[in-house]
Amino acid sequence: MTDFHGRHKAEISLIVNGELKKVRAYPMERLLDVLRFELGLTGAKEGCGEGECGSCSVLMNGALVNSCLVPVLQAAGTSIVTIEGLAKRDTLHVLQEAFLECGGAQCGICTPGMILAAVHLLNAKPQPTVDEIREGLSGNLCRCTGYAQIVEAVAEAARRRSSV
Amino acid sequence: MNTERIVGKSVPRKEGRDKVTGESKYVDDMVLPNMLFGATVRSQVPRGRITKITFGPGIAWEEFVVVSAKDIPGKNCIALIGEDQPCLASEVVNHPEEPILLLAHPDRHLLPQAIAAISIDYEPLPAIFTIEQSEHRFEIIWGEDNVFKTYLIEKGSLDGIWEKADYIVEGEYSTGAQEQLYIENNGMIAAYDEAQGITVWGSLQCPYYIHKALMALCNFPAEKVRVVQMETGGAFGGKEEYPSMIAAHAALLAIKAGRPVKIIYDRMEDMVATTKRHPSRTRHRTAVSRDGKILGGEIDFTIDGGAYATLSSVVLSRGVIHAGGPYYWPSVRIRAKAVATNAPPHGAFRGFGAPQSLFAMERHMDRIAQIVGLSPVEIRRRNFLQAGQATTTEQVVREPIDLGKLLDRALDVSDYEAKKQRFAKQNQLGASKKGMGIAAFLHGAGFTGSGERYLSSVVGVEGCADGSVRVLVSSTEFGQGTKTVLSQIAAEALRLPYENVSMAQPDTLEVPNSGPTVASRTVMVVGKLVQSAALGIAQTLISSGLLREGYSPDAFRAACQQHVAKHGAIRSWSRYEAPSGIFWDDQAYRGEAYAAFAWAIYIAEVTVDLTTYSVSVDDFVALQEVGKVLHPLLARGQIIGGIAQGIGFSLYEKVVWQNGRMQNGQMTNYIMPTSSDLPPIRVFFEELGNIHGAYGAKGIGELPMDGPAPAIVNAIEDALGVPFDSIPLLPEDIMVGLAASSPVSSMGGGE
Repeated sequence: MTDFHGRHKAEISLIVNGELKKVRAYPMERLLDVLRFELGLTGAKEGCGEGECGSCSVLMNGALVNSCLVPVLQAAGTSIVTIEGLAKRDTLHVLQEAFLECGGAQCGICTPGMILAAVHLLNAKPQPTVDEIREGLSGNLCRCTGYAQIVEAVAEAARRRSSV
Repeated sequence: MNTERIVGKSVPRKEGRDKVTGESKYVDDMVLPNMLFGATVRSQVPRGRITKITFGPGIAWEEFVVVSAKDIPGKNCIALIGEDQPCLASEVVNHPEEPILLLAHPDRHLLPQAIAAISIDYEPLPAIFTIEQSEHRFEIIWGEDNVFKTYLIEKGSLDGIWEKADYIVEGEYSTGAQEQLYIENNGMIAAYDEAQGITVWGSLQCPYYIHKALMALCNFPAEKVRVVQMETGGAFGGKEEYPSMIAAHAALLAIKAGRPVKIIYDRMEDMVATTKRHPSRTRHRTAVSRDGKILGGEIDFTIDGGAYATLSSVVLSRGVIHAGGPYYWPSVRIRAKAVATNAPPHGAFRGFGAPQSLFAMERHMDRIAQIVGLSPVEIRRRNFLQAGQATTTEQVVREPIDLGKLLDRALDVSDYEAKKQRFAKQNQLGASKKGMGIAAFLHGAGFTGSGERYLSSVVGVEGCADGSVRVLVSSTEFGQGTKTVLSQIAAEALRLPYENVSMAQPDTLEVPNSGPTVASRTVMVVGKLVQSAALGIAQTLISSGLLREGYSPDAFRAACQQHVAKHGAIRSWSRYEAPSGIFWDDQAYRGEAYAAFAWAIYIAEVTVDLTTYSVSVDDFVALQEVGKVLHPLLARGQIIGGIAQGIGFSLYEKVVWQNGRMQNGQMTNYIMPTSSDLPPIRVFFEELGNIHGAYGAKGIGELPMDGPAPAIVNAIEDALGVPFDSIPLLPEDIMVGLAASSPVSSMGGGE
């Protein structure tokens, strides 16, 4: 079977949420589609398909990427973390907990990407200022919250992590 | 005994855990076996007669399911208030992006190529694109006069007031279209089988609107149509009426294909083809006394409805009723009309006409203040509606609202007077100027006038086999917290723990029609019905002898289990009844327009950079009286989110039109605020209560959309000394406005 660019599917290996996955996909297929439709990980969302909204954000080797802009071939051999990989069984990640408690999720569609952007931010800056949080999340659009309760959630998560 | 244990507390959001773990299922997350993907072929011209449709070479057309208007089993319309909007255009098109054909194929990657291979020939017809062109009837494109709807509100007499006036203040104000820009694009899945009929799952606000539209379209009885809401990723009114169109398209494809069909819009299709906020123009002419009192006036409010009537008449209604703001008008004449243009129909968006007419009113108050020589604070104070006075529709304000006191508190927390003085000094120097702006406003909760009576909403509460309670409503969750707050209300009414109450997913097979999830009506109107339906469950258990008054949650659970084991599920229903003493005259447009108003004072502090002409909002104070706040965290989230959209409406979000089509249908070039763009938004509540709402609640969803635009533009005028009366107000508009106002143009400077 050939794709719309006339190319063939290839077998691509990548580590997703700590597990090795092999998928057959067109090399230029978007990582987002492979995650959602091949691997059934529907937590990453498509909001714009052009890297503006950040709803499809995932971590690739620790870097925050818009998975709608990443051809899956580029993800071969990398380690991907999606929202499904954050909670450990029934225990929520500290950011997931803080989002719940601070009102960081309203309609929830930007939430997976937003939380991954926040994970990325706190990995780089464990104790960010409010301005650094606002700057760090500015690639992820949210239409519901006006961001305030998201920013508060990230600050709260940073506080909790530092007090552990 | 503490009588309010659950309402008033920020309990965990019902569906919150699924949202933060990514487990929530939105429509695009759902896959059915054998499912096809659908797409829409749309008009490329604003108005014309379709003369020929050609299916071009290079496409295996036999693999595609193709639907045209001929395949519609029932009426070719999207039934709403009227029936003028076709589901698929057959002979003529009336706006760009109007749906003409539908395609479905198992491989969604093939759909764009197939759409590109279809060419449609048109005999072009003249089109009109502005309110003015429509009014001047350059071309009649709808009905006999391009007018969807008019209203006239008359209070008192204007005879002699212009002669009596010390000042006559005139102004014209306009607002642009605004895209709802929910982050989840529209989408629907439909499946058909002969025995069960059609089922659709989708991203939507109003299951029963779609139910009604599909019945008419397919000529099916009610039981052969089922509508199920999936988790919905934002709506803001943008998923009120257009989802009926998408559901209709998915249904037609599914019926013809005999397989399930999924239609998911991409961002550009969603932005260019679906509804937006109505552009508006408002003219004010006001007679004012020397001491700044409004004696009377004329207001002319006009909105651009696009090519079909859809919801324009009701948007216009809310707009016209709010046009006089929170002020006392001894006499007034307000004319309103919605006109047709060859653009995709404009539709519901948070605020629903009120942000448009209130922008005009609040800009006009600042203009009056300036002409009379009073401060923006004083002019408002002297004209505020007082308890016991009547609004423009002669609705007497029965609640003890004191807007002067509300204003005092907002001035205090914003440090208004001190800042204004400081800025006046600072502004004489420097390359940036700062200003303060006020907006005072009100927002009616629930359907307008007789609307709630016509809706006649029904709510159910069910006692389940495990002894828990389930709320049955068609009210949808799309971020506001519907599931959480209605559960709180049921738990409160039954004195049960919040965890013992669950919400049925809106599914027309399971839930009654509790009306659409719009108009800030869910908590106030539906919530009140949930409260009484919940009490019905306790009454049933008590009268059956299984439960005693003053019961404990454990006793309730046991009684409920016993009752269900013996008699099956217990269901208690509650239907809306208009409160007595509420009078509304649809002909005269007079009477009690809303069961309750929320009231607010917003104050914006801005800086205008004179090098880039960009505006930053530095501080924003939002003080509102919203009855009882049932969930402080969610309420604050609603207010801040609404203000963020209002800031976008004022300063960022500009739809660029060309021949009726949006040219900037991408997030790259239609800009909404990011987390770095927004100021600290400080939210304050006053809680007077409300006898018509559940536990004293009023509606709050739309209120915060009304105030930001006038507060911000008033602040910009305060900073620059130049008035701006049109939004969105982008840096280039400020540059042009400043250049036009200065006697020696500083632009172009070389000549």
